[in-house]
Amino acid sequence: MAITYTSGEQVEVYRFSIPATVLIPLAAVFLQAFLPLRFPFFLIFDLPLLVVIGFATARRNPLAGLLTGSLIGIMQDALTHQPIGLYGISKTVVGFGASSLGIKLDVENAGARFLITIFFYVVHEVVYFMIARGLVGMHMAWSWPHELLSGVANAVLGVLVFMLLDRVKQRT
Amino acid sequence: MESVLGRYRNLIVLVGVLFAQVLGLAIQVKRTTPSEPTRLIRIWAIGSVTPLEKALVWAQTSTSNIWHNYFYLRGVRAENRALKAEIERMSLDRVRISQDADQAHRLQALLGFKEQFISQTMAAQVIGGSGSELSRSVFIDKGSRDGVKPDMAVITADGIVGKVLHVYRATSEVLLINDQSSGVGAILDQTRLQGILNGTAAGELVLGRVMSDETVPPGEMVLTSGGDGIFPKGLPIGKVSKITPGSDLFLNIQVRPAADLSRLEEVLVVTKIDERQARPDQTGAARAIDILAARLPGVPSKPENITKAAASGTVPAPGSVTTKAAAAAAGAPATGAPKTAHPATPGGDAQSKPKAKPPEAAASNGATAARSAPNPDSPTGDSSGPPSASKATAATLSPTPVKTMPVKTTPGKTLADPKPPSDSPDAPH
Repeated sequence: MAITYTSGEQVEVYRFSIPATVLIPLAAVFLQAFLPLRFPFFLIFDLPLLVVIGFATARRNPLAGLLTGSLIGIMQDALTHQPIGLYGISKTVVGFGASSLGIKLDVENAGARFLITIFFYVVHEVVYFMIARGLVGMHMAWSWPHELLSGVANAVLGVLVFMLLDRVKQRT
Repeated sequence: MESVLGRYRNLIVLVGVLFAQVLGLAIQVKRTTPSEPTRLIRIWAIGSVTPLEKALVWAQTSTSNIWHNYFYLRGVRAENRALKAEIERMSLDRVRISQDADQAHRLQALLGFKEQFISQTMAAQVIGGSGSELSRSVFIDKGSRDGVKPDMAVITADGIVGKVLHVYRATSEVLLINDQSSGVGAILDQTRLQGILNGTAAGELVLGRVMSDETVPPGEMVLTSGGDGIFPKGLPIGKVSKITPGSDLFLNIQVRPAADLSRLEEVLVVTKIDERQARPDQTGAARAIDILAARLPGVPSKPENITKAAASGTVPAPGSVTTKAAAAAAGAPATGAPKTAHPATPGGDAQSKPKAKPPEAAASNGATAARSAPNPDSPTGDSSGPPSASKATAATLSPTPVKTMPVKTTPGKTLADPKPPSDSPDAPH
């Protein structure tokens, strides 16, 4: 269960097929837009973020991670009425960070996945908050209890999502 | 150099991608205007997501309809009985409300008010949302091909929902009223205090711009004021839930929305709002004075040439009967009758020679005649406005309308016109 330091040669690098690369992020964005209408509590989750973390840690390629995060974030931005780039920048940072971390750490077990999801969820929210406040001028309030609770909820869902992603990833 | 680029390749790409996005964000923030065209990336994203949402909503609705309309009919008989009882109760309420509405319309007509009313709506299904806590908007399954345009009001039977923000071909994005970029002109139902209703980042509704020395009771209904130019006046928004002292001199009034904004399924898009001058309901119950006027002898029926003259703007021959008298004799109010319908007196218009009406004519005219009489205070002889209202009140309440003395309530304020209406040719000079 412990997070173990692993050398670059020891970690396994995975890849995803083209249909999975396209359809899984699309499905995540779709479900994120659709489910809160039926289940309002679902707004606490950020399914596209979990997909970004899952893809980034599996591929262990910072370039692929940041591009995946950037594309998924921009698509998520396009469904809001906010300027395009808020989610894009946040998820770019998360994609880069998660894939960089994936090179150094073993993120194959549920405990490690749980912790890195909480960590990157908070990173994502901090980056989003700073850009929204500083660059766009949105009025936002920061609440640590809310963010930590959301982080835990996303981490629980994240463990399940990563298990699903494990089924479609392919060893290189 | 190459080794440095190779070593820091990932970081350089990261900085480049972030810089490009920040730059794009800055350009968007600077250029945000209502007339800004929709970005292609939004069209692509929405075009790829909304067909799936539509299909799912359609499947869900169809299944639900089949289940509820053909299988799950438990309790329908009891519900039917309860609804019938409610209809009976509402019918009684309706009589009382329609009388109040008639009275309000009459007063509005006297004051020349113009009212807005929703004349056309379009039902739409909510198919998706933004998926973000900080962007409170939903997508509906109607777009430009259905006649939806930006800034149209979106409502439900319970209250207002939001306004159309972006319109695509088959879908539209609706900005909800609890979004922090939303603003609605609002008025409190009882206290008639006006303010601006804004959303917050947490998705709450706050009514601002109400002075802190005002008293606002919790539970008071909040309605649209019509001041924003999007929502017609009088639509329910919600109820006051909490009042706290705000910043500066204003109260911070939290409002619980009447419509459940987190569980929207079907909404109405207001596609047409008409504005017209309020008119009293002419099909309503006849007034006693009109019935009496219809029975009075000696009032000839309205000749056709008067109507034609009124329509063409020409002056009828002296001695002919006025439109107002004829209208009053027929028991119908002659609101808005043009001044050219008055009989022409040689060398003067209606205002130049004050004349008194014979008792029967004056009685038959009643408030209606006074309402349509030319306003001496207005150079155009406009029949609307408070002076006419004063005359109407005086004429209606006076049992002997031939009196031409002004009725004074307060010193310097005249309720009745000192000059009698000069629309009767046989009136004594």
